Amino acid sequence: MTNSELAEISRQLRRDVIRMISSAESGHLGGSLGMADIFTALYFKEMNHSPGLWPSVQGQDLFFLSNGHIAPVWYAALARTGYFPLNELGTLRRIHSRLQGHPATKEGLPGIRVASGSLGQGLSVAVGAAIAQKLNGSSDWVYVLMGDGELNEGQIWEAAMNGPHQQTDNLIAFVDRNRLQIDGDTEVVKKLDPLPDKWTAFGWNVIEINGHDFSQIFAAVQTAKAGRGTGKPTVIIANTIMSKGVSFMENQAKWHGTPPSRELEAKALAELSPTAWKDYDDPAARVFEGK
Amino acid sequence: MTIRLPGFLKGSKVMPKFTVKDNKPTRNAFGEAMAELGKTNQDVVVLCADLKGSLKLEKFSENHPDRYFSVGIAEADMIGTAAGLAIGGKIPFTATFAEFSTGRVYDQIRQSVAYSGLNVKICASHAGLTLGEDGATHQALEDIGLMRALPGMTVLVPCDANETYSATLAAARHQGPVYLRFGRPNQPNFTEINPDFQIGKAVVLKEGSDVTLVATGILVWKALEAADRLEADGISAEVINIHTIKPLDSDAITASSLKTGAVVTAEEHQMHTGLGDAVAHVLSTRNPVPLEIVAVQDTFGESGLPDELLSAYGLTSGALADAAKKAISRKKI
Repeated sequence: MTNSELAEISRQLRRDVIRMISSAESGHLGGSLGMADIFTALYFKEMNHSPGLWPSVQGQDLFFLSNGHIAPVWYAALARTGYFPLNELGTLRRIHSRLQGHPATKEGLPGIRVASGSLGQGLSVAVGAAIAQKLNGSSDWVYVLMGDGELNEGQIWEAAMNGPHQQTDNLIAFVDRNRLQIDGDTEVVKKLDPLPDKWTAFGWNVIEINGHDFSQIFAAVQTAKAGRGTGKPTVIIANTIMSKGVSFMENQAKWHGTPPSRELEAKALAELSPTAWKDYDDPAARVFEGK
Repeated sequence: MTIRLPGFLKGSKVMPKFTVKDNKPTRNAFGEAMAELGKTNQDVVVLCADLKGSLKLEKFSENHPDRYFSVGIAEADMIGTAAGLAIGGKIPFTATFAEFSTGRVYDQIRQSVAYSGLNVKICASHAGLTLGEDGATHQALEDIGLMRALPGMTVLVPCDANETYSATLAAARHQGPVYLRFGRPNQPNFTEINPDFQIGKAVVLKEGSDVTLVATGILVWKALEAADRLEADGISAEVINIHTIKPLDSDAITASSLKTGAVVTAEEHQMHTGLGDAVAHVLSTRNPVPLEIVAVQDTFGESGLPDELLSAYGLTSGALADAAKKAISRKKI
């Protein structure tokens, strides 16, 4: 799949996210839009995974979302790769929906292995899964995505110590470095820089990229995979733009958790032209059938 | 006031007297059970937060270094890592003191283990006042309440070393999250190792007719001692060992209360949120009879020797016997 084909998918994921959150009248838009490219790169190209194998941990890569509030883009990626019916995306945050406000396992939504939302826990879980996969003799990969604001949590740094200590070189972590959290600039709320140096000091293989550039995302993952056997896990610090793709929402902390009005929804969708994948409630909407 | 006949005159069964085989810390039995599980179950892995010696995990770590993970003094990370290991098909046992197994990591257990329904065994030593000299910072007295509040959590509080051994093996057999509570000092070891330990099944240790003593953990032996004291006063006490706080054997408690008409609970835990509250819920909804709760009275502990502390905080066989008499006196004529 070419980068331009991937770009069309990520544009569709952004449309899905905006429509889901607008319909629910609640949800976290900014991080979801900002991570659409990385979800596209992983779920539609890089990761070895199949809904047909769900929920087995054998023979496929595992993905964990630590900053669970960006669930909408994860749900869209899962539905668009066949984990559950596309029109279920319209049930986000509604009562009795499997698409909970934050990811959960209780309702049995395929693709989700652990609840997240209370921040700071996902890296620990991913390290544990990476240890298990090594014990299982698996040659597959474990991925985890964290937000940068989430790195305020102490447990992240406990896990950051543990990953290299347990030699989890089958683990690839992403940090969504959009430099914004609810109260604003990450460096004002609680300074994170020099962030790459911190991870390096903790014993990680650190790669910094533009998180909206597919070529850089794939190159970083290839570098991470080359680290197998070194004992070092990799963290990819993805510099991104919160709410990427909608000009009037980009880089504004207020779009962390605010749904758009109907008027702004239409304005946002106008900036993200329709794709061949069609919107999720369109009878002609398409699901990706594999690489 | 009704004059009640001594139990033996009313034909209560003659139950075997319990004898103390040895005095042994429950944590030692935990370590022995883990060594056994290491041999018999290849999926069992251990995560320990820098307390290998305290939780007697030397043998497991020496015999199975590939399945023993030292995570450092990082309990929150330990719980999350255990959740990930469970996702990967392992049966993780986490090991630290009760205080750091629960209060310190409540949200990690709630989200990553209980809400996620993952097969993690949270093993908590040095519970309660009998941790002793280290004092209140380390004396978990709220842990049972915290854990029994979580949907889907199984809460095990074995009464002696042999039962701790049995409960540890049962925790491995059980599919789902388990909280397993045990302690530091020597305790009378009086039960038999039970390969068929049934989670959720109360054990009637002694039958009686005047009052039911419902105890958990190390207070079970105190309850048996209290029953002897009461017998000397002509009172027939039934003694029930609640090794599983959740799911609670409500039927056994109700049945006994229907027979005796008065209940005393006993636990090394706060009076709020523990066994006493759980039994109060059962009785108030199914058979309201007088209930006395022997527990720590809404206060923190302090430094001291285990037995000194149990006496100072009213967790003795004498206190249990007094509570039994009080409960009996409150029966409606």
